[in-house]
Amino acid sequence: METATEQVPLDKIIDSSLKKKAKIEVKDVKVWYDDFNAIKGIDMNIKPNTVTAFIGPSGCGKSTFLRLFNRMNDYVEGFKMEGKIKVSDNNIYKKKVNVEELRKEIGMVFQKPNPFPKSIFENVAYGLKIQGITDKKLIEERVVDCLKQVALWDEVKDDLNKSAMALSGGQQQRLCIARTLAVQPSIILMDEPTSALDPISTAKVEELIFKLKEKYTIVIVTHNMQQASRISDYTAFFYLGELIEYGKTKTIFTNPEKQQTENYITGRFG
Amino acid sequence: MNNIQKNRLKDQLFKIWGIGCTLFALILLIFFIGDILIDGIMRIDWGFITDLPSRKAEKSGIYTALIGSIWILLLTTAIAFPVGVAAGVYLEEYSNKNKLSAILEINISNLAGVPSIIYGLLGLEVFVRIMGLGASVLAGSLTLSLLILPIIIVATREAIKAVPKSIKDASYALGASKWQTIWNQVLPASSGGILTGVILALSRAVGETAPLIVVGALAYVPFAPESPMDEFSVLPIQIFNWISRPQHGFIENAAAAIIILLLITFIMNGVAVYFRNKWQKKLK
Repeated sequence: METATEQVPLDKIIDSSLKKKAKIEVKDVKVWYDDFNAIKGIDMNIKPNTVTAFIGPSGCGKSTFLRLFNRMNDYVEGFKMEGKIKVSDNNIYKKKVNVEELRKEIGMVFQKPNPFPKSIFENVAYGLKIQGITDKKLIEERVVDCLKQVALWDEVKDDLNKSAMALSGGQQQRLCIARTLAVQPSIILMDEPTSALDPISTAKVEELIFKLKEKYTIVIVTHNMQQASRISDYTAFFYLGELIEYGKTKTIFTNPEKQQTENYITGRFG
Repeated sequence: MNNIQKNRLKDQLFKIWGIGCTLFALILLIFFIGDILIDGIMRIDWGFITDLPSRKAEKSGIYTALIGSIWILLLTTAIAFPVGVAAGVYLEEYSNKNKLSAILEINISNLAGVPSIIYGLLGLEVFVRIMGLGASVLAGSLTLSLLILPIIIVATREAIKAVPKSIKDASYALGASKWQTIWNQVLPASSGGILTGVILALSRAVGETAPLIVVGALAYVPFAPESPMDEFSVLPIQIFNWISRPQHGFIENAAAAIIILLLITFIMNGVAVYFRNKWQKKLK
């Protein structure tokens, strides 16, 4: 069996993982940081291959909520959680869950571009190398493929060995997305990915998100209302640790049920 | 005089005071180095470095002490570097932030301030007597390792603390384990700071005299050490020994040996500065 898996051709490996569709189900989740109740009981279902935007004023718990999905809150001191989160029908907070495996399935892009102080190539290859993949050809193909997916290839193809720190902020962020894609996740979490970028870079990243939807389930936290309405299929509005309203982006932005939601998206508070 | 003028005057006065203090320290250093150079530079030749010690000043060389110092330096590095860095990594990345770790932290900082002769006494009891190593290079290196461990641990922790959290987050988010994150991201990013700390600690070790005298390093050894279990002398002890002699020739020898010792520490500090600059550039 072991030799058989080794002989699967490259394109098969890439293809098969691109077809997986992942959904997220959240049931009555509550989060505390020490005594502070950051999330106060949220239920939510996120559909596969959609873009879901989390909006809400600062401190409303949307980033905390997002970081639950790949268990990045585990490192925060005083973090406590109740409830269930299922990703493709598996409870990710069960004791047996291998957190490293989970994070290969659920990638994350951060607010500030955070490339490693290494070469462009090494940045994208990192996720593969830590999995113990040594096949140079596979790594190279994956790096090229991912850089093409984020439309960075034409800009950097001649200096893959240059330090990633020398790239512009927008390029760095696209590199970080490429790095996430290289691990072939099924879900990508984005925590205000464009808040540190200029308008042109922002437009490029948004375009990219729109394209990535075909293959990945994307959840994005944003402070930018226009961005949420432009790129997302579903929008969730959070306020003070509660999910106030969740539904199709069109409905939320044109005909919200709750007064609070309307006030927020029209800029009357928050 | 209005407020703005007063503040300007204060500014100027403080600047002058600062310049004065800096110059004072610099002039003392220049005077000291100049004095040593005048006394000793003529004495330095190849023979001075390769000759064995002798009763006659003009025939005496620093060969045994220099080789002893190199042995001590290498062995101390081999012991203190891995232990110190590993302890620093553990305290910064693995240990739970509880009372015990707070106590450990304070005590490690305190250890850095313990007089070196106390380490000598500890080394004499533990390494020389209980472990039966005798007055050997190994016993001396172990003692000096203890002496510089706190410095290396503190430097390692500071360097690791300076690694941006965002880099660790990125590594974890890609599915890296803690060890992979430390090995592939944290240590490379902090290596400049760690190396700086290690080299500075070692350049302190190479100048230490008191603990080695207590451990039993000799002022006179007929031959250079050939194994870790051999008796040894080191440059500072050789210098100390020569200075206490009445003949003028030995004073010249001492000055010349000081120049060599200074050269070694200057080179080590230079390397440390080089790594620090390189490291800072990399993180930006």
